[in-house]
Amino acid sequence: MPDIKDIQEEIVEEFSMFDDWMQRYEYMIDLGKSLPLINEELKTNDRLIKGCQSKVWVDATLEDDQIVFTADSDAIITKGIIAILIRAWSGQPPAAVVAADTSFIDEIGLKEHLSPTRANGLVSMIKQLKMYAVAYQTQLN
Amino acid sequence: MLDIQKIRADFPILSREVNGQPLIYFDNAATSQKPQQVIDAITEYYTRYNANIHRGVHALSQEATDLFEAAREKARVFFNIPKAKQVIFTSGNTHSINAVAHGAHVFVNKGDELIVSSVEHHSNIVPWQMLCERVGAHLKVIPVLENGTLDMDAYKKILNDKTAFVVVNHISNALGVTNPVKDIIKEAKKYGAMTLIDGAQSCGHMKLDMQELDADFYTMAGHKMCGPTGIGILYGKEDALNQLPPYQGGGEMIDQVTFEKTTYAGLPHKFEAGTPNIAGGIALGAAIDYLNELGMDNIAAYEHELLEYGTEAIKKIPGAKIYGEVTDKAAVISFNVSSLHPYDIGTIVDKLGVAVRTGHHCAQPVMDRFGIPGTIRASFAFYNTKDEIDVMVQALHRAVNMLS
Repeated sequence: MPDIKDIQEEIVEEFSMFDDWMQRYEYMIDLGKSLPLINEELKTNDRLIKGCQSKVWVDATLEDDQIVFTADSDAIITKGIIAILIRAWSGQPPAAVVAADTSFIDEIGLKEHLSPTRANGLVSMIKQLKMYAVAYQTQLN
Repeated sequence: MLDIQKIRADFPILSREVNGQPLIYFDNAATSQKPQQVIDAITEYYTRYNANIHRGVHALSQEATDLFEAAREKARVFFNIPKAKQVIFTSGNTHSINAVAHGAHVFVNKGDELIVSSVEHHSNIVPWQMLCERVGAHLKVIPVLENGTLDMDAYKKILNDKTAFVVVNHISNALGVTNPVKDIIKEAKKYGAMTLIDGAQSCGHMKLDMQELDADFYTMAGHKMCGPTGIGILYGKEDALNQLPPYQGGGEMIDQVTFEKTTYAGLPHKFEAGTPNIAGGIALGAAIDYLNELGMDNIAAYEHELLEYGTEAIKKIPGAKIYGEVTDKAAVISFNVSSLHPYDIGTIVDKLGVAVRTGHHCAQPVMDRFGIPGTIRASFAFYNTKDEIDVMVQALHRAVNMLS
């Protein structure tokens, strides 16, 4: 498995092929379709990420000491955003997720979503994924 | 007839670009844009007149006081309020509501009932819930019908001798529907209930006459009527305002202060503790001048034209559903397209330079009523054009294509 940095670089490279925002968004929407979906019965309030206009549920499990994320959202763009994060961070050691740099979001031209006031709550998603990672890291130690 | 191109030239922000596209601002229900005249009034105040008011004997303080009080007088005339002292300057509509709810225990006793409507935004629900908790009163809710209008039959049934207060918005921010507030007030009076009308969405879009309406309290948001943020108005009948205890203690609101007992100043100062938003008040006066020059009837007529045009255009989008489609409404269109999430559509049209609001519009109970997570809300003002609506519709088409 390539490490987080490699995957993030790969994603940045894919997005760099597009020269306008529309293509980037279309690609992001496509990526949303490959999101590893959370089980329907796990879509409970405690897995709902606060601070988003759309609903985003995230679950994390530990498999062979790697953290595995599943998620879903009722909005297509949000689904794309969480799919990008999960593609980079799922299947990695919790410690690597805790330490993961998020500047690649900026580099793929989605900087506007990083603003803490932005209603889609990308910042909340990042926080939630990292919280799961911190919890599993503690469990492993 | 309004000369829209001339009007647009008064609003500097309308010539800027967003995401490389000319800005199309359709979020007027959230806040209106400001004409140069209002911006100038703020600059001029700080450039020439800045001083604390109502205190200094010096010339500058006098001039600033005169300007601030002149703005109060402008608001009095604009809303046909009997006396200037019934115009209370607040920090905004939410402050105005809270100022009443905070002291409304003088009108509401334990076991009494308070009526709100189900189309209120949170700032006209929560302060009243807090009041109910404080005094042990009960909150009753007027349901909304499928077309977005209030169920007046249900309202009449909820009213009874225990009803102490009725609070309703004049125009729903989430749907744009104008509520029959005159009837609501009339019915409430039969039971001796006090009334507060939240005018956040009406104050900049229609002619308002406080004496004709006959509500006990009415609240206005300066920034939704071309004024700056941080200034609002609370209107009240003189008796009602005299009975209402002050919301905040401090300077300006007192008559005599000793450690044994403080007596309060008269209206409006009783409710204006501390240094008010002087520049905001004066600039709101400039906004009122501006609206007067255009004429509220002209504004309402033109905005209605935009509403009709926009409604027809949006209805042509396959799968579009408008919430609150009635004749008596403000230029607000709240809608969804098929099962697409409003957030997705809002994000794409923003990229195309069109500013609309998406989400629950701080009115979750309304969204729950229609079983939707939110809507896309396009809200127009007199400086918008039909051409802009055409651009929005094109943007909506592009968004729908991308998302489906």
